[in-house]
Amino acid sequence: MELKLTNFVKQYAIIIVLIALIAVFSILSPAFSTINNAMNIIRQISVMGIVAVGFTFVLIGGGLDLSVGSQIAIMNVSVALMIVEHGVNPILAVIIGIVMTTVIGFFNGYMITKTGIPPLIATLAMMTALRGVTFIMSKGYPIYGIPDYLKVIGQGNIYKIPVQGIIMAGIIVLGIILLNKTYIGRHFYALGSNTEATRLAGINIHFTRTTTYTLLGFLTGIAGLVMLTRVGSGQPNIANGFELNVLTAAVLGGVSVNGGKGNIPGAIVGTAIIGVLNNGMSIIGANDYWQKVITGIVLFVVVVFDSISQSKRKA
Amino acid sequence: MTNTVNNVLLVQNISKRYVGIQALDNVSIDFKKGETHALVGENGAGKSTLIKIISGAEVPDSGNLVFEDKSFDKMTPHLAQSVGVATIYQEFNLFPTLSVAENIFMGDETLSNRKRYFYNKKEYIDKAKKVLDSMKININPLELIENLTTAKMQLVEIAKAIAKNAKILIMDEPTAPLSTKETEDLFELVGRLKQQGVTIIYISHRLDELYRISDRVTVLRDGKKIITTKTEDIKRQELIYHMANRKVEEIEFESTWEKGDVALEAQGLCGNGLKDISFKVRCGEILGIGGLLGAGRTELARLLFGADKAESGKIFVHGKQVEIKNPENAVSFGIAYVPEDRKHHGVILSLPINWNITLPILRRISKKGFYKKKEESTIVDTLKNTLQIKAASVKQNVESLSGGNQQKVVLAKWLASKPSILILDEPTRGVDVNAKQEIYNLIGEFAKQGIAIIFISSEMDELLNISDRLMVLNEKRMVGFLEKNEFSQRTVLSMASGIC
Repeated sequence: MELKLTNFVKQYAIIIVLIALIAVFSILSPAFSTINNAMNIIRQISVMGIVAVGFTFVLIGGGLDLSVGSQIAIMNVSVALMIVEHGVNPILAVIIGIVMTTVIGFFNGYMITKTGIPPLIATLAMMTALRGVTFIMSKGYPIYGIPDYLKVIGQGNIYKIPVQGIIMAGIIVLGIILLNKTYIGRHFYALGSNTEATRLAGINIHFTRTTTYTLLGFLTGIAGLVMLTRVGSGQPNIANGFELNVLTAAVLGGVSVNGGKGNIPGAIVGTAIIGVLNNGMSIIGANDYWQKVITGIVLFVVVVFDSISQSKRKA
Repeated sequence: MTNTVNNVLLVQNISKRYVGIQALDNVSIDFKKGETHALVGENGAGKSTLIKIISGAEVPDSGNLVFEDKSFDKMTPHLAQSVGVATIYQEFNLFPTLSVAENIFMGDETLSNRKRYFYNKKEYIDKAKKVLDSMKININPLELIENLTTAKMQLVEIAKAIAKNAKILIMDEPTAPLSTKETEDLFELVGRLKQQGVTIIYISHRLDELYRISDRVTVLRDGKKIITTKTEDIKRQELIYHMANRKVEEIEFESTWEKGDVALEAQGLCGNGLKDISFKVRCGEILGIGGLLGAGRTELARLLFGADKAESGKIFVHGKQVEIKNPENAVSFGIAYVPEDRKHHGVILSLPINWNITLPILRRISKKGFYKKKEESTIVDTLKNTLQIKAASVKQNVESLSGGNQQKVVLAKWLASKPSILILDEPTRGVDVNAKQEIYNLIGEFAKQGIAIIFISSEMDELLNISDRLMVLNEKRMVGFLEKNEFSQRTVLSMASGIC
């Protein structure tokens, strides 16, 4: 029972942090607590939220993927190039782009599980190489010319609600169902908690691990589409450092970097905290650099709090 | 109260309460200089708590400890060390990538020169050599810990204690990971330490050992001291009675049921170091596998389950030749494996009981990827009842269970998969007397249902009692088979050591 209570407090502590932040910014600036600004925040966090769902799969499975930012960049530049320079049907180009990131995710997972390279190193290599290829392809310049009907995805609204927010919500729901209602979701937790015991339970760990990365690749492709249509051009430099923001969001939300622990709602609350911080700080006119300082401090405090509450339980 | 010269440690009226449990209740024990004092009791009797209090890892609620003539109402790890207490836990406290010498003197301030930050390597090695020589053990002080066998790591732990001039050496289940020969060596060493006046507090579930090496024995039950007596004055049955507070029938086992067709057959199996293994197990039969540590028993189990790859040879399941490339294949052919290392390979400690139990079958009870929640909970509840897993809720994490109950979770998980062949590798290791008996009964029950069982154990008693037939291995090769009427400890041991 006692354990349940601490879990309860922990689960809600992060929501309390979010509410406290919203309250503080609302007091500091009346412009913050408007419906319009709430929609703004949703626009700002959708890309991160979509990737965070896939990132949660990978982290729970005991992995890590630093290449998501580069995946978005290469997807954006390739799709833009296909449309603008090669006259490919834009819808087809987008599909190819999403297939591409899915394959990259599959490749990440397959390499990691078959060779045993640490995920940090494997995906660091992927991140660096993909970014290089992106710059070579674009020669360092942004590529303009995304058709307007695609831009609806990244810029349009349905009843004042951003389309990208609706996409994010759908993916969150599907992600929660996959993780909690299907055997494959349960296998993710088992894999990340104890790989060898999972293998000895007769579960194909290579398939399970590869699936986490492949799903992340696919969701990164969707997020890439949102990014491309929001920005309206293929930017080789886009989403630089994005992977660490997603990691921060997930860890804030209680997803363990050691695998086996965490859930999607947590990761999304973590994403929202970062979104509110960034949005609120710029509304009250704080310097960009201060946003980073505050994000770092919040991450530190949350992790320390978590660590203390765990070691207390042990003693 | 003053201490007589004879006593090296007096435990006086120690009590300790954890949330909901009285772990120790007014326990007093005297430990004499140079004696081997065995501490026995079922899991949860309070042995571990007592050791922790003596070695300073836990603080008692009341009572005190008298070391020679100094009285303390609590210990700290550092203080315990300075009065001469050394504890060797089942999980060793060694640094795998450092040398033997460095491990022996880790944390020894007298060796690190306070004026310099560099230590004198030669001095370390010489001193380590001296300690190892005094123990008459042959280990190179420069060898890295990770290159040593488990038995040698244990010796290094003991050397650490000797180097610190330990007066009281606490050993928790020291023979669990050792082979028969290594156990003999350890007992010899214990004898020598005794002569040097070291007091040994010895914890073990193996009663045979207690009778061999202990001078006195203390029985704990439910946190209370039941009795302290000379070991030679108490009969085995009486000891068990005190531990369990009821008569526990020691293994009485007779498989009278019919044996069926051949369930599993191996022909010329090689791999994992094993050479040319051939055998058959019938449905309902319990084939025991005997052999010393390192003889290749676990290696064979892992080959059969596909945990390691076979190089050559054939495996037949119910008469059909199959290729077992990985555990997934093995499970699909109805093979189940209860591994030796329960905590790392058997269960997933940080996940709930029900998740652990349905792990191998969750996919089977899913439709279009979605598992059937009701079916899952029915399976889990049934197994929890049949196996009498003691837990408040199936949603509890497995790490909160005792060793015996954790092992039952492993058994439950494989029973759920309805296997026709069950491989059990040391299923009663680290499990108390009662739970052991329950596990024996379960094994009998499974066999009666027609499951073919391959049973590996280092405990000769249970191996001879449970098995219908024995296959003996020596140095990764098959030595031969024994029928039930040919069973005797001596035959098995001489076969296992390659004498015949």
